[in-house]
Amino acid sequence: MTPPVYGLMAEFATAAELLQATRRAYTEGYRRMDAYSPFPVPDLAEALGVHSDRVALLALTGGLLGGSGAYGLQWWINKIAYPINIGGRPLHSWPSFIIVTFEMAVLFAGIATVFGMLALNGLPMPHHPTFNAPGFEGASRDRFFLCIEAIDPRYDAAGTRAFLEGLNPAKVVEVAN
Amino acid sequence: MAEIRTGELMNMKHGRPPVLMPGFSFGSVTDKIANIVIAERTPLAWWLTFLPCAMLVGVLGTAVTYLFYRGVGIWGINIPIGWGFAIINFVWWVGIGHAGTLISAILLLLKQTWRSSINRFAEAMTLFAVMCAGMFPLLHMGRPWLAYWMFPYPSTMTVWPNFRSPLVWDVFAVSTYFTISLLFWYVGLIPDLATLRDSAVNRWTRMIYGLLALGWRNSARHWRRYESAYMLLAGLATPLVLSVHTVVSFDFSVALVPGWHSTIFPPYFVAGAVFSGFAMVLILAIPIRKLYGLEELITMRHLDNCAKVMLSTGLIVAYGYLMEAFFAWYGTSQYDKYLSWNRAHGPYAPVFWLLILCNVLIPQLLWLRKVRYTPALLFVVSVFVLMGMWFERFVIIVISLHRDFMPSSWGIYIPTRWDWAIFAGTLGFFMAAFLLFIRLLPMITIFEMRMLVHETSEEVKAS
Repeated sequence: MTPPVYGLMAEFATAAELLQATRRAYTEGYRRMDAYSPFPVPDLAEALGVHSDRVALLALTGGLLGGSGAYGLQWWINKIAYPINIGGRPLHSWPSFIIVTFEMAVLFAGIATVFGMLALNGLPMPHHPTFNAPGFEGASRDRFFLCIEAIDPRYDAAGTRAFLEGLNPAKVVEVAN
Repeated sequence: MAEIRTGELMNMKHGRPPVLMPGFSFGSVTDKIANIVIAERTPLAWWLTFLPCAMLVGVLGTAVTYLFYRGVGIWGINIPIGWGFAIINFVWWVGIGHAGTLISAILLLLKQTWRSSINRFAEAMTLFAVMCAGMFPLLHMGRPWLAYWMFPYPSTMTVWPNFRSPLVWDVFAVSTYFTISLLFWYVGLIPDLATLRDSAVNRWTRMIYGLLALGWRNSARHWRRYESAYMLLAGLATPLVLSVHTVVSFDFSVALVPGWHSTIFPPYFVAGAVFSGFAMVLILAIPIRKLYGLEELITMRHLDNCAKVMLSTGLIVAYGYLMEAFFAWYGTSQYDKYLSWNRAHGPYAPVFWLLILCNVLIPQLLWLRKVRYTPALLFVVSVFVLMGMWFERFVIIVISLHRDFMPSSWGIYIPTRWDWAIFAGTLGFFMAAFLLFIRLLPMITIFEMRMLVHETSEEVKAS
């Protein structure tokens, strides 16, 4: 059963205030939280304790699979499935296979990057409790938010609210689940 | 506290205008761009351009229907000139499609902040140009319903494509380029679609943009993966941009036809592509910034930079022409010598001299600061460049093919009205698609403009 409250959300006017508040919350021991900003704020993810993402690894995997698959397919077609003599070249004439190999490496790396990024982000997800917070539309315009989630072990409705109020936010609201 | 606004100057040194005029806040820059899509009425000028373009799409549909009914015999192509308009237009459109990804990928890696105001619509332009380009080889096939034969799939005929042929490389190069450009464009759009979802007042608008935004909620954890993905795509797209026209040039340079069999083709094609792509960016940007009052976002600095890219790539193209003539003179092939002579004096000489006028002489005006800073003049120069690049493809294809080795196989090519109809039709399709894009999607990347506001704001500069 999901708890009735998703968390407490503090709203800030500037990126610098949000960054500072996030750092304070991390030092305080909060981990299950997220920050929301209308553009990528440098160092904000690090302040939340995120130090790596696996997008580059996915891109590399996709690229290697695409490239080796394309080369292997061309080798198999020309050497085994359909060997024909074209201009006296050897059946395994590797220089002619490089372009398609390159293109397929880029294609699969790109697809892995985009769909991997979306999957890691859990998107598409049209509904999310944060959208219940009043004024949250500002996150895609000019407002900055920090949300401490109720599932955080240190979360406590009154204490966490007091902590957030102390960070000089524009306002603090409770987010329904 | 005071609202954050862009600072007085980004780069006023040497008297150059900034990439974003001062006085913008996160909110005002968002409204400025988003309101064009969701709040303002469609300008009359939009309808007046869209309707004729939509009619040209009708012309395209008619011409293609008749083509499918009668076959490619309705075109002017013959033997020896089997390629004609179809391939001229293909190469021309693919070339125009280069500026978008160049601006979004290469300039991103080079940390050029001026790319932000123009990358979105340049990417859209790329997609539509590549769509136009892609139509031509399909239509030229004669039996376009068999186009899937180009792809390697286990068929009951047990035959496979010839992977040693540049034409097969081209299938992979162009389709990969289109797919990656589309992904790049869509990834860039996601946060802006979320902005439109959140600013929309109408329920349906909110639902449609909301679906397209995939539930983007501006989370910092998401932004981090997003930025990684965007940089990776830029890194992947950079060699891709250079590879596409290189592969297109292989269609020619791997053949033995005089005028095609040349090692200078790949760099000279890529430079020509960027040259025409930036000309198209200027042709679209100059009227749009005026019509929608976006002069503060697409500033003279952008136009100036585009003009400089055009000038420099134009010089590379001119060097290519010079080297072709030099190889013919210095080499030992009588066929190459004849080709050079035939270009300047043969039946198609006027096209060659128009090419020199449009691509070599007129772009030299861009050395003058006054020309670069007068949008109307810049527009005119860009139109000449686009025409010049089209003439270049005509020269490369028609002049080279019409007189090759044996005089007994020489011929003459005259495009028919159906050739012109399809060409005009793709121009209409391109413009109509582009106009729909600026009507329905934010033509400037809103979140990057907010970043620019943030970076240039007094708050950051003070720290």
